[in-house]
Amino acid sequence: MKALVWHGKEDIRCDEVTDPRIEDPRDAIIRVTSCAICGSDLHLFHNFIPGMLPGDIMGHETMGEVVETGDAMDGKLKKGDRIVVPFTIICGQCEQCKRGNFSVCETTNRKRHLAEKVFGHTTAGLFGYTHLTGGYPGGQAEYLRVPFADATHIKVPEGLSDEQVLFLSDIFPTGWQAAAQCDIEPSDTVAIWGCGPVGQMAIRSAILLGANQVIAIDCLPERLSMAEAGGATIIDFKTESVMDRLQELTDGRGPEKCIDATGMESHVMPSQPDTILDRAKQMLMLESDRPHVLREMIYLCRPGGVISIPGVYSGFSDKIPMGALMNKGLTIRTGQTHVNRWTDDLLRRIADGEIDPSFVITHTVNLEHGPEMYRLFRDKQDSCVKVVLKP
Amino acid sequence: MYYVANIMRSKGDPKIVRSGPRHIPPADRLARSLGWFSIGLGALELLAPRRITGPLGMQGDETLVRAFGLREIFSGIMSLSVDRNAGLWSRVAGDGLDAAALMSAMNRDNPKKHNVALALLMIGGIALLDYRGAQETTRRPQIGRRRLYPDRTGFPKGLAAARNSARELLSRTKTVAS
Repeated sequence: MKALVWHGKEDIRCDEVTDPRIEDPRDAIIRVTSCAICGSDLHLFHNFIPGMLPGDIMGHETMGEVVETGDAMDGKLKKGDRIVVPFTIICGQCEQCKRGNFSVCETTNRKRHLAEKVFGHTTAGLFGYTHLTGGYPGGQAEYLRVPFADATHIKVPEGLSDEQVLFLSDIFPTGWQAAAQCDIEPSDTVAIWGCGPVGQMAIRSAILLGANQVIAIDCLPERLSMAEAGGATIIDFKTESVMDRLQELTDGRGPEKCIDATGMESHVMPSQPDTILDRAKQMLMLESDRPHVLREMIYLCRPGGVISIPGVYSGFSDKIPMGALMNKGLTIRTGQTHVNRWTDDLLRRIADGEIDPSFVITHTVNLEHGPEMYRLFRDKQDSCVKVVLKP
Repeated sequence: MYYVANIMRSKGDPKIVRSGPRHIPPADRLARSLGWFSIGLGALELLAPRRITGPLGMQGDETLVRAFGLREIFSGIMSLSVDRNAGLWSRVAGDGLDAAALMSAMNRDNPKKHNVALALLMIGGIALLDYRGAQETTRRPQIGRRRLYPDRTGFPKGLAAARNSARELLSRTKTVAS
């Protein structure tokens, strides 16, 4: 089969690889009908997250049709079913899964010894996202083996297109969780840094969760226009002062809720000298992340507010203003997304026509063109916001 | 990291049968070559400065050459990184410093000034490559017309309806809670 394979930094190729096969009675094989490139795939593309091996298959936003199942499906999945595959692999039986903390499932990371060394404890296995999270082959391929498939799936009801439901695999529940863990109240202003796909979903989620005002911060006109269309007031951080504008829009109080949809690769620019220092440290391996957005959020969030972090951080961040964080009494909530905690509700909202996540797709191409699309997406060319690949 | 942590792919995982073409734009390829060249030259300058100062008749300037070596290594690392553009511009600036240092050695008393002239010629050629690489990675031309998405609300029933349903839900939740 064809698959997008990581060969090294900025080197992803469309290779011919062997087909996956059932390895465990709880496995299923799907024929992938749609998959997408995620912003967090770019961290792997840039080799900022350790633990990839040349030959690893990329991708964790995938859906398709079940073509083969193991013997332990217990009627939960059968050949011909159309499913979305959550990026977090879950067993559905451990204590964390039973609590709904699916992204920290205690069972599915088959390389838990690595995760325990790096994080202190194991987290869930993830598709196509380094050997720290199990080294499972990803879904940017023609076929995908879904481990623990009896629990790790979202069945697609009749009448919904791939484009409508594909993002239940990651970015929609990720944006939703980011907003939900803000505990939004009707008078709240929610400020969202980063208008990439997760930021766009967080904007819509904050609107649907009843925020009084949503403010979106980015520098790319196409992304800002999409954010504005979704109901956000926009701030272009290249032409405006984020601090002045946020103060102005909140009568000097600051936003009650702040969402970091940027993560470890904050934009580097001379007017933000800390980003240059972070970049230099990153290159010298003295720091793994560029947490400019996190610093800015701590500084600008209203005292007593909530900071929600769906953006990916990989390791160590310097110069986090802990004094401001502590004295302002801010709450930080973060984590990989507990996808299945949200998907029943989100699927209902899609089916009811409350939201259609396909608005974010700007490019749809064949899988073979995936390697070029990584560069196009990375370089923000051709007004690209979200790429869907069709194997 | 692979070797320290002994990361291995699991047995049943798909294996590469035939590798596809590698997609590296010419500008990135040039940046990569110049980056490795910079690191190599920098290491030589740092570890064996007399190999440079001797043939150029610049004995006594070893400390300066070592400092230049450090600069070359740093520029090389940057040229190999995601911020290759900054690395290449730092190389262009470095070429200027190299040229200035060589010009100071082009005096009549230097018996090896013909070597210095040759080095200056080489620096000129490399500077041209550096400049070209820096230019090409500076402005990634926008492919296609820049599009805006003012109609992509994501709410099939419209933004106002989305806000209304959120308000209704919140008031229902409040009623239930009270």
